[in-house]
Amino acid sequence: MAIIEVRDLNFYYGKFQALKGISLDFAVNKITALIGPSGCGKTTFLRSLNRMTDLIEDVRVTGTVLIDGEDIYRPGTDLLALRKKVGMVFQRPNPFPLSVFDNVVYGLRVHGVRDGKVLEEKLMRSLEAVHLWDELKDRLDDDALKLSGEQQQRLCIARLVAVEPEILLMDEPCSALDLAATANIEDLMAELKKRYTIVIVTHNMQQAARVSDVTGYFLLGELVEIGETRQIFTNPQDARTEDYITGRFG
Amino acid sequence: MKRLGPRVEQKVAQAGLWTMTLVTVGVLLFIIFFILRRGLPVLSLEFLTANPADMGKSGGIFSTIVGTVALSFLAILIAAPLGVGTAIYLTEYTWGGPLTRVIRFGAECLAGIPSIIFGLFGFILFVTKLKFGWSILSGGLTMAFMLLPTIIRTSEEAIKSVPPAYRTVSFSLGSTKWQTVTRVVLPSALPGIVTGIVLSVGRSIGETAATIFTAGSALRMPTSIFSSTRPMSVHFYILAREGISMSNAYGTAAVLIIAILGINILTYYLMNRFIRKYS
Repeated sequence: MAIIEVRDLNFYYGKFQALKGISLDFAVNKITALIGPSGCGKTTFLRSLNRMTDLIEDVRVTGTVLIDGEDIYRPGTDLLALRKKVGMVFQRPNPFPLSVFDNVVYGLRVHGVRDGKVLEEKLMRSLEAVHLWDELKDRLDDDALKLSGEQQQRLCIARLVAVEPEILLMDEPCSALDLAATANIEDLMAELKKRYTIVIVTHNMQQAARVSDVTGYFLLGELVEIGETRQIFTNPQDARTEDYITGRFG
Repeated sequence: MKRLGPRVEQKVAQAGLWTMTLVTVGVLLFIIFFILRRGLPVLSLEFLTANPADMGKSGGIFSTIVGTVALSFLAILIAAPLGVGTAIYLTEYTWGGPLTRVIRFGAECLAGIPSIIFGLFGFILFVTKLKFGWSILSGGLTMAFMLLPTIIRTSEEAIKSVPPAYRTVSFSLGSTKWQTVTRVVLPSALPGIVTGIVLSVGRSIGETAATIFTAGSALRMPTSIFSSTRPMSVHFYILAREGISMSNAYGTAAVLIIAILGINILTYYLMNRFIRKYS
């Protein structure tokens, strides 16, 4: 079942067209990887799924993006509810300069949760979901900026799952991490997909091959090909995809 | 003339720059030394806690200290929220379009206006038109307008230095702009904003021209914001100009200088802490 249905999405920064007629579906509880060279529009596409692109001046969008059957570009869309439902993990771990506790419950407080018991309960469950609870349960008042890079990225994921989203958008979540940390985060993603639908943008083709169920290849603002990850990497239908994954281009 | 070799040139430049720095620091130290040498002998607990008597010829300066504090306090109370609010609007709520540029340009112009013009403006608007008379209220309002540009500028810089990622993340978690501003941006920018405000306190303490027209020069202890008052700076000016008491004038000046130095050192300390936090 498709949780996100994108139909003929065109995206413009001023006069520059960054996305050209993108149509695709994302299935529930699957990891979809979007690969492609820098500047191909994959990050723009990712950000258009929770309208983070609205923060940029002078952008224009045509086409439809249905999430749970609702067109998120319909005028009057509740952006706060949309972003609560469709959360985001960024390239660099970016905890707020607050304590571990305040970081994880930030989204909950923003959405009006005040009850200390509820906050503590959700904090514990969120940190457990990213396997940080045992490490950090005695350090909840520590400055989050003092954690290691991997811990910070896990914390950011915990901060996100605390608001109970349905979809996680990940924009090269491992690009600032070392190999061991990357492997750990990838394991975490495999666990998270049981509960969430994940879309990950990555430069790293091995990563796409390792973690994803479905892979889409973007080039110059177009979706060249999308299919089962195994099929894309073993038997691509489009010559341009083949050039990219075999390393002849990109 | 034969050109100097690069090594010699370097030596000459270094010596030249060193001399310029020495002159700058020397002038500063001379002023401080000059004032303190004449002013410090006059200072005593009594000078600080007694009210002026005999037009300031004898007695202390207590009522003028109270006047200075009252004026600065009122000015900051008005200017800080206005200035910080404007800075938030300019940095967070506009895309930097023509309106933003007009507001920013206006604030810059405000900063370049001589303080005596502010005094005259305050006199016409607050003292006569609005009938606040010569009062702490008129003086405080006038001074507030003088301080606005500094507060706007320093707050803007502080807010801009907050990493953009904090905002992006906050929005991505479904916060409103206001939540983002109050929960993430302002707490991070606060030390910088406070620095600007403290700097403004320093400026307001020394301000003379703007207050002489608006707060008057009454030596009595002020009893409300509608009382006329004479801040230390004006007291010094009158004592010296009318030749009432040079020693008391220097005593007042010494108190002023020490207060301003203290505030600048505090500013420096705050600024250092702010910089360390974000580097």
